[in-house]
Amino acid sequence: MATDMLEAPAPSETAPRPAPGSRALAFLSAGARCALPVYLLLAVGFAAPLVAVVAFSFATPRSFDVFATFTLENYATIFDPANTVWLSFAWSLGFAAFTVALLAVVAYPIAYGIVHLFGRWSGLVGILFVFPLFISENVRLFGWVLFFIRNGVLDGSLKALGTDGGPDVLFTPGMILFGMVYTYLPFMLFPTVLGLSLVPRDVVDAALDMGATRLQAWREVELPLAMPGLLIGMLLTFVLAAGAVAEAKVLGGQSVIVITHDIEIAFTYSQNWPLGSALAVLLMLIIGGLTLAALSRLDLDRILGRK
Amino acid sequence: MRDSVVMHEDRPDTAPGAGPVLELAGVRKTFDGFVAVERIDLQVAEGEFFTIVGPSGSGKTTLLRMLAGMEHPTEGDIIVRGRSVRHLPPNKRPTCLVFQSLALFPHRTVGENIEFPLKMRKVPPADRRVRALELMRMVRLPEGYYAKNVTKCSGGERQRVALARALAYDPEILLFDEPLSAIDYKLRKTLEKELKDLHKETGKTFIYITHSLEEAMVMSDRIGVMRGGRLVQVGTPEDIYTRPTDRFVCEFMGEVNVLPVVAADGAYVCAGLTGRFTPPPGGPQPPKGFIVVRPEFLHFVEDDDTTTENVIVGTIYNEYSLGSRMQYQVRVGDKTFIVEQSRRHACSGAPDRPVRIGWHARDAIFVAE
Repeated sequence: MATDMLEAPAPSETAPRPAPGSRALAFLSAGARCALPVYLLLAVGFAAPLVAVVAFSFATPRSFDVFATFTLENYATIFDPANTVWLSFAWSLGFAAFTVALLAVVAYPIAYGIVHLFGRWSGLVGILFVFPLFISENVRLFGWVLFFIRNGVLDGSLKALGTDGGPDVLFTPGMILFGMVYTYLPFMLFPTVLGLSLVPRDVVDAALDMGATRLQAWREVELPLAMPGLLIGMLLTFVLAAGAVAEAKVLGGQSVIVITHDIEIAFTYSQNWPLGSALAVLLMLIIGGLTLAALSRLDLDRILGRK
Repeated sequence: MRDSVVMHEDRPDTAPGAGPVLELAGVRKTFDGFVAVERIDLQVAEGEFFTIVGPSGSGKTTLLRMLAGMEHPTEGDIIVRGRSVRHLPPNKRPTCLVFQSLALFPHRTVGENIEFPLKMRKVPPADRRVRALELMRMVRLPEGYYAKNVTKCSGGERQRVALARALAYDPEILLFDEPLSAIDYKLRKTLEKELKDLHKETGKTFIYITHSLEEAMVMSDRIGVMRGGRLVQVGTPEDIYTRPTDRFVCEFMGEVNVLPVVAADGAYVCAGLTGRFTPPPGGPQPPKGFIVVRPEFLHFVEDDDTTTENVIVGTIYNEYSLGSRMQYQVRVGDKTFIVEQSRRHACSGAPDRPVRIGWHARDAIFVAE
């Protein structure tokens, strides 16, 4: 062995020579190299537009002088007490909060049925809830307009039956809320199904066996254990609903202007990109802040049983 | 144990030993026509450790779930201390089940798990804590575990938490659904003994189900062997071991030698074997049945041995070391006999050499067909 060692070329002091081409990225680990394309895609497709929007929000109002000018004038406009744009924020966040609350109440029993009661019919129920997603949201919302409009499906049918006709609900905030709950139900339902299916049956049975009433077993065991799923659904639908615009425009008939509608107007009709960007940045900050606040208040690790 | 904090108010003050604590009267359960449990009549005495043993699918879990109230009998009645509980939901029954999965609350600490039944009964937090720590001492959990999350506990520790939680409910009857089946051998042996001690300490009635007769033998006052939804034999471990009533019970106890025999002139013969076999003394001698000989009662017969009534000649074709004992597989014709002997009585014969094996008539068991 020893003589062999002497005859063999002395071991090189440097690491084995990398294959040609990979040398440029050799300082990165294999994982980082594999993730690189994704990072590039995110940088170009996600981070860059975000930077552009933030930059635009500091540009001279009604101009396109992005990166060339810096002013807080757009934000000053928004926070001007004479400006009523805060109403749009309030409508959007209010709608989102009510939508999430209603969805939680509506989705839970359906999800419970899918997980525990429907048996072999639960698959079909799930498919039927997904099915509307194949049709454009706007088309579905206009469908509801036709249903509720004066002399429409509901009103016309009731009149034909000799009554006074249907209620005049179209173009009201209540109708917008209905539209949002309708649109976002699947996004709440499936995370809730996931959450409930993570609750072992034995554990609920054990709670009942040890003297808990059904309500106690639900509150103490089933709900906390299903919470991760519920929380995902609530966060998802809150973010979607806070950014929703079609429901207010179509079912609300522009009787209520939500913040996303304001942003759209700024970017299109009034050609004031800096103001639109400032509103968008503000909306992101508010939603991000609320989401983080909700997440920090709810101890996710504890809910998930890791401590 | 009769702590005022945890006592059920509606519990009648019956003295231990006054009548059965649990009575099953013709309990039957069918699922869509499939009979899971077939007409079981059983009485369990106060403070008894009763074990139901059976292979999977024998209906033992269904029976236990009926006792807990998670299934309801199709027919028959379940009576606890003279009161029918048939129509009561689990939370109204004085029974508590320790699940096979243990069913601990993963989002709660050890203390919160144990206190759960007390919390449901609206016991004040301070009292709950006192009781939980008391129970933790009883099941040998260190006090420091009170605030530990159950998901961080080891398998054995979780067993103890489940046990303490069930005891906190203070049930008349504790039900166990094979809680030790997922535990490794050494720890299982420890926990079996601890469970037996705990049974003695609490004086409660334990109903335990398992598929391991060995486990049942260690812990139980009485054992019920279940098969196909029926209780085929109920008796003390001694009864079951020495006087099994049928072939199934015999074979359920592990490796045994079973000879199907028919009567012939006061003795028995077995098809495929030469020789006449003497049945165990006493008892009826029906025309057909099985002679059952445990491996440890089969021995190698020396040439000068005249006391062994039953002798067969075969060849050893395999031998295994069981540690303190040796096991041999002896082939006689198309039959294989299992012989287990201590190393002192080990066979010195070489494989494939003819050997004489035999048993004393008094060591065999005769079961009717």
